[in-house]
Amino acid sequence: MTQLDTPGDAGRSGDDRGHGGDLRAAALADPAMLRGLTQARFGRRGLLRFAGLAGGATLLAACGVSGEKKDSAGDDAASFWRDRTKAGTLDFANWPLYMDVGSTDSDHPSLDVFTKKTGIKVTYREVIQDNESFFAQIRPTLAAGKSIGYDLMVLTNGITLSRVMQLGYLAPLDHARLPTFAANASPNVRNPTYDPGNAYTIPWQSGLTGIAYDPAKTGREITSYNDLFDPKFAGKVGMFGDNQDLPNLALLGIGVEPAKSTPDDWKKAAAKLTAQRRDGIVRKYYDQSYIDALAGGDLWISMAWSGDVYQQIATGTNLKFVVPSEGGLLWTDNMCIPKTAPHPVDAISYMDFVYRPEIAGMLTEYINYITPVPTAAEHVPADLAKSTLLFPSADELSRVSRFRVLTTAEETEWNRIFQPVYQS
Amino acid sequence: MRRQAGAAGPYLLVLPGGLWLAVFFVVPMAVMLSVSLQTGNVVDGFTQTFNFRIYADAVTTYETQFIRSLIFGLIATVATILLAYPMAYWIAFHAGRNKSNYLFLVLLPFFVSFVIRTVSWKFLLADDGILLGNLKDAGLLPADFHVLATSFAVVAGLTYNFFPFMLLPIYVALERVDPQLLEAADDLYANRREVFGRVVLPLSMPGVFAGFLLTFVPATADFVNAYVLGGTNTTMIGNIIQTTYLTNADYPLASAVSFILMAVLLIGIFGYARLLGTRDVLEMSAR
Amino acid sequence: MTILDAAPPRLGPAGEDRSRSGRRSGRLGQRLLHAYTWLILLWLVLPIIVMIVFGFNDRVGKRNNTWNGFTLRWWGELFAIPDLTTALVNSLTIALLSTAVATVLGTLMGLGLGRHSFRGRGGVELLMFANIAAPEVVLGASLLSLFITMGVPRGYLTILIAHIMFNISYVAVVVRARLAGFDSSVEEAARDLGAGPFTTFRLVTLPLILPGVVSGALLAFAMSIDEYVITTFNAGSTLTFPLWVFGATRVGVPPQVNVMATIIFVAGVLLALGNALLLRRRRV
Repeated sequence: MTQLDTPGDAGRSGDDRGHGGDLRAAALADPAMLRGLTQARFGRRGLLRFAGLAGGATLLAACGVSGEKKDSAGDDAASFWRDRTKAGTLDFANWPLYMDVGSTDSDHPSLDVFTKKTGIKVTYREVIQDNESFFAQIRPTLAAGKSIGYDLMVLTNGITLSRVMQLGYLAPLDHARLPTFAANASPNVRNPTYDPGNAYTIPWQSGLTGIAYDPAKTGREITSYNDLFDPKFAGKVGMFGDNQDLPNLALLGIGVEPAKSTPDDWKKAAAKLTAQRRDGIVRKYYDQSYIDALAGGDLWISMAWSGDVYQQIATGTNLKFVVPSEGGLLWTDNMCIPKTAPHPVDAISYMDFVYRPEIAGMLTEYINYITPVPTAAEHVPADLAKSTLLFPSADELSRVSRFRVLTTAEETEWNRIFQPVYQS
Repeated sequence: MRRQAGAAGPYLLVLPGGLWLAVFFVVPMAVMLSVSLQTGNVVDGFTQTFNFRIYADAVTTYETQFIRSLIFGLIATVATILLAYPMAYWIAFHAGRNKSNYLFLVLLPFFVSFVIRTVSWKFLLADDGILLGNLKDAGLLPADFHVLATSFAVVAGLTYNFFPFMLLPIYVALERVDPQLLEAADDLYANRREVFGRVVLPLSMPGVFAGFLLTFVPATADFVNAYVLGGTNTTMIGNIIQTTYLTNADYPLASAVSFILMAVLLIGIFGYARLLGTRDVLEMSAR
Repeated sequence: MTILDAAPPRLGPAGEDRSRSGRRSGRLGQRLLHAYTWLILLWLVLPIIVMIVFGFNDRVGKRNNTWNGFTLRWWGELFAIPDLTTALVNSLTIALLSTAVATVLGTLMGLGLGRHSFRGRGGVELLMFANIAAPEVVLGASLLSLFITMGVPRGYLTILIAHIMFNISYVAVVVRARLAGFDSSVEEAARDLGAGPFTTFRLVTLPLILPGVVSGALLAFAMSIDEYVITTFNAGSTLTFPLWVFGATRVGVPPQVNVMATIIFVAGVLLALGNALLLRRRRV
């Protein structure tokens, strides 16, 4: 009928493919493929057969996804730790930029000290980008009762950590093995509401959620939460796109203490946030990437985590961090051991080790977050030791709040109110 | 003996690959349909409840994102057609011996990861970056001007990333146009515009339609561009599927959303293929 | 090479008679289109040029976003980030393994579809078409549904399964296209001369379809090493190169990524050019 189907034609396009169209495009530019896409070659029978195959498979699959909750065997510390011995290796999963570094990015002096003192070799990985997605990654492995490849991981207090504990994925801590923690930990971090008696976790670092800004860009000093709503900064304001920092700081912004807030307050806070987005003031709802945008000038002012900002300042960026007058948030990242960890003894000895003041000092000097060891102040340069943002006084700590602790039922309502704000 | 091999042969050849596709492509679709009709939560598990209401919920909850994805996908696809056609035309008819070299250049982006290309655009378009920053310093743009975090950035990213998928099919269609046909048109005193409008354009339409499919489907379902280049009010349905599945672990809702997306796109594709297939055949026989 | 290339500038007898202005405007149009083509090409390669250049940037601090002088440091410290190295190794081995399996399965499928007409062929073609046309996010999500339901932990193996799944159809399509001009009488001749089916395949069929198989394999390799969407659903805590880079965008992508991507880019271009040269030589 036409010349399209002659062998010569196929040979010709084959020729062109040979000269470079070797990739995906080879298939795309293929005449046979083109015909497949533009001609009705699949009769109704073919479709029906396809549907039949899929239908049969549905029947096979109709059995339900099983839940993950573990039985509570081995939940008490004594039976978990019985017969456990030191292995000499430790696999540690942490967040980016959350460890001191030496001459190169992969050189961590405090870990070297640990290895020298204990003989335990540490494999350190900065693989946690945020709590939810990290948990989503490791969850199926934990559910299957298999090792996730890490003996120690760091999770923030909040919905994810509560769920990990609730699902029984964490090893209970043997406080007989944590003498340094007992001796040096700040009273603020002992026995927290999210983990009574430090049964499963002890703090790695704490931090503040507040506001960071570039004074050269904003043209004025920032003091209030409402500065995030200034139309002058439209398109240059960053907000967190999560269900913890964003809602809790917004509650403080409307003058409500998160712990005492009611669903009505949540709706009010959400309405304020929605208006801010509708008016085009918010540039984007960020994850950890806000700091890159802030340092690069894409943002002028943003919700921020204190330590990120100090790390930027240390590399010469002109940024400032402030706890808004309405109040800020205090959160804690916690060390914990998955129940399936192959080397739990090595993990718990490291947890205790970082509570030595000189080690805590080494970490603070680089990380710039709030250390759980107040006496670390004696082991850092004087200007850092004086910083009330690294070593806050009791008075300053009274100005910051903790995240609202939510029951499962409340969590559903909370998410229903706040998710539409940042999932736009 | 040869006859025997001929009877079983094709099945033996097709079976291993076909089986792989059946187990890891068809069955998963069915399983996803099944999961979408379960109820429960990730802690206690999910049970099959045939809760069809979830489809209505999925549509009402994410109506905005569904519509936005289709619009973004459509704009990006039309943009690639407008951008790619003149170039494909020139390469097919005027590039001479260098034809395959030009095609090779078009393919260069494929040698760099899709993620890196997109991140590279974010870097290029940063508010104070190498493009906008210099224009701002020169006073040509206001200080708060930005391209990133806008719908435009997302659509531009989609257009960039899927451009070659449009150009190649159009080129193949144009390249197949018989030169003698053009000469015949010339002989009949058709002017340039008439030759293009009555001969070249109709003959290249199968390529445009193929390119439309190859661009529209992945562009509509994409979430990388919206994540990297987008801001508020740019979330696409792919982003919803990703967070609902991986972050919220709400498997039934995520499965329902995926299934709706799949159904809308596949029904569109098959309907389209049938429709155009018929037209295509008509055009060919008209020749 | 092709009919079009061999043809003289397309001006029939009628064209000769055309007015001069008409021809001049045509040439101007051509020249504009030529310039336009180069403009688009520039647009296409701009992000790649930037990526390559900033692999040589002597950055200050943690951010690699302003040009600060030339350095080869990152080429020397290419493997200084252990996770990134692991991710790259994962990507390369997954690409190799999935290409090997998909090429074998896809080639067989292509042969079956291209040379035989059999009951159910339409169904198989529909399956391949749907596989290629389906959006990646749906492929990834549905495969994850299967693994969750079956209680399969996600990791290296599930990534491999997924990559083979999306590569088979592409290889099959490329091989089938190669068979369009295939003369099966050669094979019959070989068999008439007493060659067994395997000998026939090895000595006659394979050499003839080899260019198609190689093209298919290259395509599969490139797709696998670049794949992000389906992988992110089925990776568990295993990281591949694109996955690592995507995660790193949150804290700033280190220059080593630029260097690795540059190496992959150059290797890919050389491989494709080599394949093209090889094909050209075979034909002569």
